[in-house]
Amino acid sequence: MSTVKIPPVLRQAVGGERTVEAPGSTMGEVLTNLCQAHPAVGAQILTPDGELHKYVNIYVNDEDARLLQWTDTPVGEGDTVMILPAMAGGA
Amino acid sequence: MRLPSALAHQIIEHARAEFPNECCGLIAGSGDLATRVLPTTNAEGTPFMYVMDPREQMELMDAIEDAGEDLVAIYHSHTRSAAYPSKTDVELAFFAEPLYVIVSLQDADQPVIRAFRLARSAPEGEQITEEPITAPDA
Repeated sequence: MSTVKIPPVLRQAVGGERTVEAPGSTMGEVLTNLCQAHPAVGAQILTPDGELHKYVNIYVNDEDARLLQWTDTPVGEGDTVMILPAMAGGA
Repeated sequence: MRLPSALAHQIIEHARAEFPNECCGLIAGSGDLATRVLPTTNAEGTPFMYVMDPREQMELMDAIEDAGEDLVAIYHSHTRSAAYPSKTDVELAFFAEPLYVIVSLQDADQPVIRAFRLARSAPEGEQITEEPITAPDA
């Protein structure tokens, strides 16, 4: 089980919790399981194809997962996965 | 949204300082009253796009929450277009609760600040709702 830190914008989708536990041996599995348990989270962070949205950042133990192995980053007991949708836009 | 004139001035000055690139930042406060402007780094650093530095975003969101404040708005500048959300602004509006404030420098002498609630998953035509800005000290 990893601990997933939920930002305020997604808390309503998980019943108001700041953190939730989710199983999985990689970051991708953890998020897949999280989105299955809480489909409203998936609606926010996944594309219609089921891929993680390009502008959603994921941190594993405070490290940018894109600089690790992205969805293949191994995680386990005691690890923290944080979801951080970007604040972004364009003229 | 109630935006004291000193904070509006701070946002305009941030936009001017970053020109020709877009600026971005957060507005903290209580309810609809803005009390603090928190400028951040535009990690893209271009005139066409803003992406708030994720580390700064994370730290400031935590700091706002820890201080018991509300994230009232996310702001950015449009340097060559009107103070109205672009298609990209709507597509990337992950945050439904805070307002999106846009400061336009299209007319450099007459900056315009407007606030919007954005709903990226709403049907087209219902994604953008303007919210009035008032100056409580005016």
